[in-house]
Order: sequence, then C-alpha cells, then structure tokens
Amino acid sequence: MKNIENIVEISNLSLKRANNQIFDNISLSIPKGKITAIMGPSGTGKTTLLRLIAGQLRPDEGDVIVNGLDVNKISDQKLFSLRKSIGMLFQQGALLTDINVFENVAFPLKENTKLPNSLIRKIVLMKLHAVGLRGAYQLMPSELSGGMARRVALARAIALDPMLLIYDEPFNGLDPISMGVILRLIKNLNDALGITSIIVSHDVPETASVTDWSYIIADKKIIASGTPQQINLDQSKLVQQFIHGLADGPVPFHFPASDYFNHIISSD
Amino acid sequence: MNNFLKDFICSIILAIKKVGASTIFLIKISSCLPRIIYTRPELVIKQIYNVGALSLVIIMVSAFFVGMVLGLQGYDSLARFDAETSVGAVSALGLFKELGPVVTALLFSGRAGTAIASEIGLMKTTDQLSAMEMMAVNPIEYVIAPRFIGGIISMPLLTAIFNAIGITGTCIVAVNLMGVDSGVFWSQLISNVDLADVTEGIIKSIIFGVAASLIAVFEGYNCSPSAEGVGLATTRTVVSSAVTVLILDYLITSAII
Amino acid sequence: MKKIKSVELETGLFILLGFAAIFFLTTQTTNIESYLSDDGYDVTARFEDIGGLNIRAPVTMAGVTIGRVEQILLDPERLEAVVVLKINPEYHQIPLDSDASILTSGLLGGQYIGINPGGSFDSLVEGSEIEFTQSAIVLEDLIGKYLLSVGDE
Repeated sequence: MKNIENIVEISNLSLKRANNQIFDNISLSIPKGKITAIMGPSGTGKTTLLRLIAGQLRPDEGDVIVNGLDVNKISDQKLFSLRKSIGMLFQQGALLTDINVFENVAFPLKENTKLPNSLIRKIVLMKLHAVGLRGAYQLMPSELSGGMARRVALARAIALDPMLLIYDEPFNGLDPISMGVILRLIKNLNDALGITSIIVSHDVPETASVTDWSYIIADKKIIASGTPQQINLDQSKLVQQFIHGLADGPVPFHFPASDYFNHIISSD
Repeated sequence: MNNFLKDFICSIILAIKKVGASTIFLIKISSCLPRIIYTRPELVIKQIYNVGALSLVIIMVSAFFVGMVLGLQGYDSLARFDAETSVGAVSALGLFKELGPVVTALLFSGRAGTAIASEIGLMKTTDQLSAMEMMAVNPIEYVIAPRFIGGIISMPLLTAIFNAIGITGTCIVAVNLMGVDSGVFWSQLISNVDLADVTEGIIKSIIFGVAASLIAVFEGYNCSPSAEGVGLATTRTVVSSAVTVLILDYLITSAII
Repeated sequence: MKKIKSVELETGLFILLGFAAIFFLTTQTTNIESYLSDDGYDVTARFEDIGGLNIRAPVTMAGVTIGRVEQILLDPERLEAVVVLKINPEYHQIPLDSDASILTSGLLGGQYIGINPGGSFDSLVEGSEIEFTQSAIVLEDLIGKYLLSVGDE
C-alpha cells in the first residue's frame, strides 16, 4: 500500500466550528486507483471532510493536498481547474431543478469546455447510457425517483472524466434495488475508468463489499483503518459497536442525563 | 430595562453587520456582472422574464386602482379649495415622484423578491450551489448575478408602466366620474409636470431596484439550509426591502428637493 | 424549444411596454419642449426685486412663451438681481430696447417675465442686456402702500 502514489493526503488537520471541535489532528491518505471508504456515525463530520478535500472549507490547522496541490494555498483559478478533475455525488443528487436531465449532464461540459454542441450531445448520451438512463434524457429532475436522480448526478459527476470521484452518502434512503445498481456503478467506474473513489457512508456491509481500504472516524479522530477484513477483526469496542450496529457500547444508548430514579420522583 | 437596552444595542450592531455583509456581497456580484452580461445574456433575459414580465399583471392592476383612488381623493380634497381642475397635476406629481416608485418597489419585493430568495434558498438547501462550485462554476456568477441584474433592469420599466397605467386610472375617474374636462385635466397636468419629476421617479426606482434585488439575493444566498431557513429568508426579504425602500425614499427625496 | 420562444416573446413585450410607458410619461405628461430646445441665446436683465420668480419660469411676449429663466444671480456690487433668460432661437428679432417686467399669472399664481417690444431696429443677441426692467410687484408692499395712503387721508 505504501509504494502506491496517494491522490489525497491529509496531514495533522484540525477544524473548529462555533466552539465545536470537529476534527482533532487527523491524518489520512487516499491511494490512487482504489476505492476508499470513510465511515463513522452520523454527525462526526464526514461530509465536512469531503468539503475540506474539495476546498470548499478551510481547516484551522493542517494541510490538504489533492493531486500534489495544497487546496488551501492555491489561487481560486487553480482551485477551480482542480475541481474540474474531481467529480462529486451529493447526498440528494443536487441536480439543477430548472433544467432537464440532458442539460444537467451537459452543464459541466458546456460551462468548462468549448466543445461543439454535437460532440457534447454524444458525450452526454454516452454518460447517461453508462448509468442506464439514456432513455430518461428529456425528463425533469422532479420526475425522477431518488435512485434515478442519484444516477443522473453520477453521470454528471463523470461528465468531465475526473480522476477522483467523491460519493457523499450514496446509499442514503435508497431501496435495495437502487442500492445494488449504485454499488455496481461505483465498482464498474472504478475498474473500467481507473478512477480513484472516496465513499463516505455509514452503511457498513454495502460499503465493505466494494472498498479496498476503510477509515472509521468517530469522536474527532480516526479510530480505525485497514481493509474490510482488518476492520472486522479490530478489537476496539467502538469499532465493534459501529460495524455490528450494537445499540449500547462506548457510544451509550442514553443521552447524558441525571439519575433516572431521582428524575422520576422529583416534582420538577 | 437594562436587558431591553442590551437587546436594542445588539440588534443595531446586527443591522450594521448586515449592511456591511450585503455591501461586500454587492461588490462580489458587481465583479462578475460584465462577464455574465457579455457571455450569458440568455440567463439575464430569463430572469427579466421571471422578475419583470411575471410581475406585470399585479403591477398593472395595482397601478390602475392606485390611480383611480388618487383621482377620487385628489378631487375630493382639491374641491375644498375650488381647485379640482388641478387634480391631474396633483395626482401625476404624487404618482410619478412618490407612489409609483415606492408602491412598485413594495409590490416587487412581495412578488419577485420572495420568489428570488426562496428559489436561491432552496437551491442552497438541496446542495445545488455546492454542486455548481464542485463543477467549477461560480454560483454568484451563474445564479446570483443574473437575478440581481434582472431586478435592476425590471424595476424602472415596471415603475414607468405603473405610472402610465396609474395616471390613466386617475384620468378615467376624474374625467368620466367626477366631470373634470379632459382638456383641462391634461393641460394642467402637462404644464405643471416637468421632465425632472418623471426622471426623479425613474432614478428612485433604479435605486430601489438595486436595494430590493440585493436584499432578495443576499437573504436567499445566506439563509440557513433548511425548510425553516428558507421561510425565514423570504420573510426577511419582504421586511428588509420594505423598510430599506422607505428609508431610501426619504433620503433620496431630501437630497433632490 | 417552444417554451423558450414564449419566454423571449413575453420578455420582449414587457421591455417594449416599459419603454412605451417611459416614452408616454416623458412626452405626453410633461412640458418637454422647454428641455428639448436647449439651444437658444442668453440675454440678461437686472431687477431691483424679483419677488417669487423661479428658475424655469416662462418668458413671454404678447402672451406667447418665447423662452425660460435660465439662472438667477445677485450682483454683489450693485446688489441687484441678475436674471439670465434663455430665448428660443426662432425668436431672434426682438428689438434691443424692449423692456422686461416680472408679472404674476392670476392673483396668487406663479410669476413669469413679460417682454414688451421696443422700436429699435437692432435685435437682442447672445449676451445682450435688457436695460428697461420693471420689478415684481410684491403684494405685501402694495398693501402697505395702500394702508399708508389711506392713513394720510
């Protein structure tokens, strides 16, 4: 693993937001050409980590290096050109609601390239075909189901042939069939196009079935990392609670409260 | 009492902060205005349609009734001074200099301002703005600037339409209902209204257009990304626009007169 | 495609309507002629008292408006009002020895300048001064004089 070039390198990163420490001195690296998962309970700032990688947020301390460039030190222009090589799939798809499926996929092409319209049309249809929605090119985003919207968003994310694809909770709120489709797409895109993928998720078994390497974030730190098998054998109680979905453990079932008996009998 | 004073000072500081933040936002928008007008005029045209053409009906209906009321009230008041023949001139001055730009701006913030704020707020809530950033498209250039410039272009045109329809309404009431001779009505009007009175109203409306559009895009862009946040943004748009327009109106009027 | 066409059509209609309204307001509801005829020539006239005369008040001859008051100044040495009149270019044959008086339209109406033609063959040109002037009749002075004269009798 060590001699493979890393596409994302995060070192000693700390972030504070409105008195809340979100990350405390974390370091991680994403190897090129692999699927890496970032997992953790809700509210641990997984999405925030993605925004840091994309340069939409600035850390208080530490460096974020993507493809050899420090995203916090380069000019806006360079950041924008870096973003052209990163595709991002948002939680709800984030399709532009006032234009149809075709125009959504064509959007990054039209805005960032000077390709003729006839060529853009071919590329868009190919990308839509790759996600199985070529037939839906005329529909508006409001006419799509959740799974379809996410597939269109995926087609849009790969429109510019990125080197890095970031999936933010790709399985959230999907039925098993749609989930299977998305999983297959992630795997195929990674294998066929040689794209590096980062999946942020808390759906353990689904994510584990496609990833090469996982990080688990909890309590402002990375608590475990390794291949899915290594994670499975991790002795940490917190990791065990998370991957097996136990109700009680280091993360308590109860929200911190005063003594139960005293609270019940008190008049309050 | 002490608490009340504290709250009061806090809210004043907040208001000043907001003025500062929206000014910075205005500068950010302005820096991408020439580019968007030159490279993507169709986006601007679409927004002129959204904020201008779609506001046309409410503006025309309101203007007609405001003009007719002016005719009735003007006639009634002026008749006490035996000056009812000046009803055209008095109504026109009130309409062109004051009511036209102000009422248009208030209707604009209620019809178009809220639409802009909630649309941008919803785009933010559904990550559309972030998605644009990730596709290396600046949302201020692509989403904010066209709506802002569309509002500024629409406002003076809407005001001019409001004035024209309004004075027609006044004429109909004064001439057909109250029996003022139409020749006297128009000659009084023409000899007492200067071009400066018309341009005063149009200049006011351009300034109101900048203020109302800026508030709408600012509130939408800075709303908290939730259903509640979007609702709050639309409410704030109407309230801030109304207060700002009325304050600006006084300041401009006192500067001109 | 059809939808976009209708957007363009309605936007176009809206813009045309807006400009039509501006055109209507500026040409049909204002006395725009006085602004458009910006060319013309300036003559000055001195008055001891201009009363309530305002800039842009009409200048008339035989009841016809021939120009506007362009500027009102005070001569700091002679302590007189200097009124600059802009006369429309088509009226270029006004005798040099005409006299100007400040008149009031109606009992309490606005004030304007009336010019009575003289008999000279020379005409007023740019920069000429009208030498014969009659100041405004100030109503308060008039009433005062009347009361004094009544008191004398």
